[in-house]
Amino acid sequence: MVSKNSFYGPLDPAPDAGYPDAPPRMGFFTDTSVCIGCKACEVACKEWNAVPDDGFNLLGQSYDNTGGLTANSWRHVAFIEQPVAGGGHGTDVPGAFAGVPAGPPVSPHTAVVAAGTARDGGTAPGVPPAVDVFAAAATTAEPQFLGMPGRDLPGRTPDAPRSDFRWLMMSNVCKHCTHAGCLDVCPTGALFRTEYGTVVVQEDICNGCGYCIPACPYGVIDQRKDDGRAWKCTMCYDRIGDGLTPACAKACPTQSIQYGELEELRGRARHRVEKLHEQGVTEARLYGHDPEDGVGGDGAFFLLLDEPEVYGLPPDPIVPTRDLPKMWKRAGLAGLAMAAAVVVSFLGGRS
Amino acid sequence: MAEAHPVGFQYVVEAKNRGAKVIHVDPRFTRTSALAHSYVPMRAGADIAFLGGVINYILGNEKDFREYVVAYTNASTIVSEDFQDTEDLDGLFSGYDPETGAYHQGSWAYEGQQEDDSVRDHVESHIDRETASGLEQESHGPPVPADVPRDPTLQHPRCVYQVLKRHYARYTPEVVERVCGVPQDKFLEVCEAWTSNSGRERTTALVYSVGWTQHSVGVQYIRTGAIIQLLLGNMGRPGGGVMALRGHASIQGSTDIPTLFNLLPGYLPMPHHEKHATFQQWVDSIRHPAQKGFWADAEAYAVSLLKAYWGDAATRENNWGYDLLPRLTGDHGTYQQVLSMIDGKIKGYFLLGQNPAVGSAHGRAQRLGMANLDWLVVRDLFMIESATFWKDGPEIATGEIVPEQCRTEVFFMPAASHAEKEGTFTQTQRLLQWREKALDPPGDCRSELWFFTRLGQLMREKLAGSTLPRDRALLDLTWDYSGDDGEEVLREINGYDVATGAPVPNFTALKADGSTACGCWIYSGVFKDGVNQAARRKPGSEQNWVAGEWGWAWPSDRRTLYNRASADPEGRPWSERKKYVWWDAGAGEWTGYDVPDFERNKAPGYRPPEGASGVEAIAGDDAFIMQGDGKGWLYAPSGLIDGPMPTHYEPVESPVRNPLYTQQSNPTRKVYERPDNPTNPSPPERHGEVFPYVFSTSRLTEHHTAGGMSRQLAYLSELQPEMFVEVSPELAAERGLEHLGWAHVVTARAAIEARVLVTDRLTPLRVDGRVIHQIWMPYHWGSSGLVTGDSANDLLGITLDPNVLIQESKVGTCDIQPGRRPVGPALLDLVRAYRDRAGLSPDRHTPLLTEDEQA
Amino acid sequence: MIVTGVRVFGMGVRTWIEGWPVYRQLTGTDPLGRGAAAQSARSKSLTARTETADSVARSVCPYCAVGCGQRIFVKDGEVVQIEGDPDSPISKGRLCPKGSASKSLVTSDRRQKKVLYRRPYATDWEELDLDTAMDMIAERVLTARAETWEDVDDEGRPLNRTLGISSLGGATLDNEENYLIKKLFTAAGAIQIENQARI
Repeated sequence: MVSKNSFYGPLDPAPDAGYPDAPPRMGFFTDTSVCIGCKACEVACKEWNAVPDDGFNLLGQSYDNTGGLTANSWRHVAFIEQPVAGGGHGTDVPGAFAGVPAGPPVSPHTAVVAAGTARDGGTAPGVPPAVDVFAAAATTAEPQFLGMPGRDLPGRTPDAPRSDFRWLMMSNVCKHCTHAGCLDVCPTGALFRTEYGTVVVQEDICNGCGYCIPACPYGVIDQRKDDGRAWKCTMCYDRIGDGLTPACAKACPTQSIQYGELEELRGRARHRVEKLHEQGVTEARLYGHDPEDGVGGDGAFFLLLDEPEVYGLPPDPIVPTRDLPKMWKRAGLAGLAMAAAVVVSFLGGRS
Repeated sequence: MAEAHPVGFQYVVEAKNRGAKVIHVDPRFTRTSALAHSYVPMRAGADIAFLGGVINYILGNEKDFREYVVAYTNASTIVSEDFQDTEDLDGLFSGYDPETGAYHQGSWAYEGQQEDDSVRDHVESHIDRETASGLEQESHGPPVPADVPRDPTLQHPRCVYQVLKRHYARYTPEVVERVCGVPQDKFLEVCEAWTSNSGRERTTALVYSVGWTQHSVGVQYIRTGAIIQLLLGNMGRPGGGVMALRGHASIQGSTDIPTLFNLLPGYLPMPHHEKHATFQQWVDSIRHPAQKGFWADAEAYAVSLLKAYWGDAATRENNWGYDLLPRLTGDHGTYQQVLSMIDGKIKGYFLLGQNPAVGSAHGRAQRLGMANLDWLVVRDLFMIESATFWKDGPEIATGEIVPEQCRTEVFFMPAASHAEKEGTFTQTQRLLQWREKALDPPGDCRSELWFFTRLGQLMREKLAGSTLPRDRALLDLTWDYSGDDGEEVLREINGYDVATGAPVPNFTALKADGSTACGCWIYSGVFKDGVNQAARRKPGSEQNWVAGEWGWAWPSDRRTLYNRASADPEGRPWSERKKYVWWDAGAGEWTGYDVPDFERNKAPGYRPPEGASGVEAIAGDDAFIMQGDGKGWLYAPSGLIDGPMPTHYEPVESPVRNPLYTQQSNPTRKVYERPDNPTNPSPPERHGEVFPYVFSTSRLTEHHTAGGMSRQLAYLSELQPEMFVEVSPELAAERGLEHLGWAHVVTARAAIEARVLVTDRLTPLRVDGRVIHQIWMPYHWGSSGLVTGDSANDLLGITLDPNVLIQESKVGTCDIQPGRRPVGPALLDLVRAYRDRAGLSPDRHTPLLTEDEQA
Repeated sequence: MIVTGVRVFGMGVRTWIEGWPVYRQLTGTDPLGRGAAAQSARSKSLTARTETADSVARSVCPYCAVGCGQRIFVKDGEVVQIEGDPDSPISKGRLCPKGSASKSLVTSDRRQKKVLYRRPYATDWEELDLDTAMDMIAERVLTARAETWEDVDDEGRPLNRTLGISSLGGATLDNEENYLIKKLFTAAGAIQIENQARI
């Protein structure tokens, strides 16, 4: 009954979760190559789902002032300022600042500032988004930056003019994993798999135990300070049930966020990558689309223009419950052994 | 565009995905630059040098669309032999009068028209500047006679084409680099992309946001863009045009049906006491007796407006009530008003969804003015800074306003939101869209429709029985509105037959005999057939790409103006790929995807009879039907205060000496020389180094203008919670500024503080051999709301474009220093110390005319 | 009481047991209890509030001049959602962050819903009745007008005006409203009427 497949590897999650006649799995494809960082997704999500604001704090992470995905931000737009060839998100014209009397790039600093977390973005005791500042710094130009934001601008010397620059933007969201750690560890049934294959926290069930928080390999799900319950993107479960588009995708001015049947989106995304490669944007790549990855593929996947770490995404996420069946098997064997021992001792006692 | 008009930007992304090349020119790297193929940084305030360089590239390499240029522009028209260029006169055109700071425009005229009645002498030109009437007839050129001498070979040395070529010959790539700080290869990349993507088969769109208007040469910026688009044949054609991205839901509508001092509805001028003493003078000033085009019928539009105002009381005998209209005597613009408030000349002030304490230039003057009124009425959704200046404005801290000594009586009247009333907005493409009312406004909240209906009723009740002549205009006014029915007002705007009340179908049905009434002639047709055309909502997916059945566009539902130019002189599409409107010889009419902007049955070969004027004088190939000569103007023989061709002047505050002319800045700019309106010194004046940096301001995606509709909302406030200033790493190093630390920015008017963002998106530029640093700030913050901060507009002084009286607020000079600004009276001391160091004594003002290097 | 209880028990026991997640998990298609078996009654009955609205108004975004179409959903006299109108050929159903915040703009509890009045030299607001305020404003307009009226210039040409009254605003107002503003002020002789288009 409990297949290995239920916890790892490719799977169509809705039928596996008790919906024999499940509709097609629905998902998000977020194409960051056309994201303009307007944050309509963040606002539309909050308006529809009545999510509280995340506080009024200037974070200085480029134009990001909500810091990451939290219980109070179910969409989050990351901004990354990079001193690398760009121009139209990595299209064919390098040299945004070629020929102007600029100094060298502030590369590691700006990269860290953009990708890093200047504060705990989660509402306590949430976790901040998974960001490796060292990795972010390492993706940019030399010299190596030690990740200590300070008053001066590391890496600048007056005789090495900067010429290249690009500004990446990405709307991040819950991945609605095929194998969702949060759901697998939830002891109350608050987290559940919907007929669309999405993962939803039921606010009427959640008791705020918090087990789900460390189980998310992306650091997405988070507890809200005032009520302790866990909150995250529902892919607008109430809307999609009525055939409507989730609020973020509906608002998105440039169709950076696309909603639809996951299989169809995956095809669309492959086509988009091919097209960008043809246009010379060779750094375009997909993230979270692969059913063979550590979470069985994401229901919300991305087209990125750099390594995932640059956007604050883990390069190789693995669902923490991957080894659960094995562990259960071992636990089962141990239990049998113990029962046998009891029987033996009982028998022994009798003898 | 991505920053301030994200939803409009979807079309740029779509075009890009289909292979279009996107170029973004901006002093700072923005969210638009991030999606562009090419980003061109440049110095704020040098746009004419840049665009003039493009004109030089086009003319020097003969890249113009010659057939279009000869047929549809005034390129072949001969200019008067008296004309002298800025290139001859070191930065002045012929006719400059130092006394008035204005031009006698006779020498700018077409050949043979130097003495025409329509020519402005310097005194008239000065009056035009004061009353912003140079360009008040926004939809047409000023009156000139139709018959003008031409040389279609473009060889005559005084034809417009050759005049233009000489004028821009100095704007070489080297000069562009020197003035704008744009590397030559980048500049040439723009030139090549623009020209190679224009012509028969292709068109290029020029999109600007209205920061372009906020310069002392703002109108000429846009003129330069228009010249390029005309030379390349991009006007009146699909995918072309000059597109202004305006920033307020109905700012186009508020110009068409103006709440502006110098205009009546439909760009009819407000009467001037001297120029328009009589009805006939007024009408004749709108239309030249011999001009071509639809403005020739101005009398019908004017009479119909007066009939709409005064109904039966408007008769031929009393000049349709013209004598009741109030008269202008000069400059009555918003900045003059504010200074008059400071001087105690104004008693009462209405603010209708407007927050000048944050949104207008020279915030301190705005607030001090409001503190010196008898009464102030503020109508808004939220409590805004302009309603609370007397209790928490910056001048409270400095002691300049003391609540117990401030006499201004303030009424805060809560307003209805867009959901709580019905009516039309006119969006940026002249499209009227009807809004249905969703629900009633809460509490005391009321619409402007209700407020002004009620106010008018009360005033008329209180004046009832008055025999004073001055009360006639109010008592005779047609004013039987219900206060919540937008359609009844829209019907009046559309116009109707006085006898039957039936809506007129179009402005061509309007009469000068009093038989029609019409509130705004260019909106005629919006209630055609008794149907609210602005409420049409046929889904975009069910119609062609022009979407002509969604809303209603003025004039006459035309979506692209001057679209006759989308066909060649014979009426055939320039190319299959770019066909839009064309002549159907079989049917004997113009047809196409849009409503033709031409008389439907006038054949391309039509030539007017000798001596014709008005509509009859429009030839079958006069595509620009509202222009006096039927042509698109590469050269403006009249109508502009500051010259017939755009030329590079430095911003009023600039760290750079004008590299082209002795004349430093626009010699006709509108100035207010008062001790409370100092200007930072610029070369050749001394002490400019006290304010060494260039600053510019603009919007963030996450906020709206002065913040009244965004800083009050948590979901927007959290996205941009604090006032900040962006600086390059180089400037940060030079001034010791830290990322996320505090800095204060200082001008001769004010010092404000902001958090610092050090970013590679700002870069120094090399201008005329020097490194120039630019800083940037958003202008959304003030003292009220969920998130508060200092206002960038406090930094600005008041100097205006001479044509339209809009302030130069997109460029200025400043100093920036680390740390917060002082508070209390010490803040005033700091600013005063800067003024002293800059040699700005109260009576010191930059002369209009730059006479001497050592001045 | 007992009878009633028995009746309820008799009618509801089966439903009650079948509604119990563990029962559903053990007997249904979702043995791990992560999907159908875990779905709460609330989750099962969720529906988009736009579907249950009493009315929908077709409107236009009040922020910038792109003119994006909006649909305003009203339920029980309250705006419950504002989102993009997919029929609009301009915006195709999309909205920027400001347009997306329109519901907050309309429904915010920070909105001023009462007339407020600040007396000369006062240090705080006081409330004022709407009709009283309107009457006071009309009085003040007429007084300012009378005190600053100019009939003719110094050469006897008509002026018919007052320079004692100013107005600023209109770029976010409706055409119909601007029409009345200009008409009334012009008839009253007030010419210092301006809006954002000058700024």
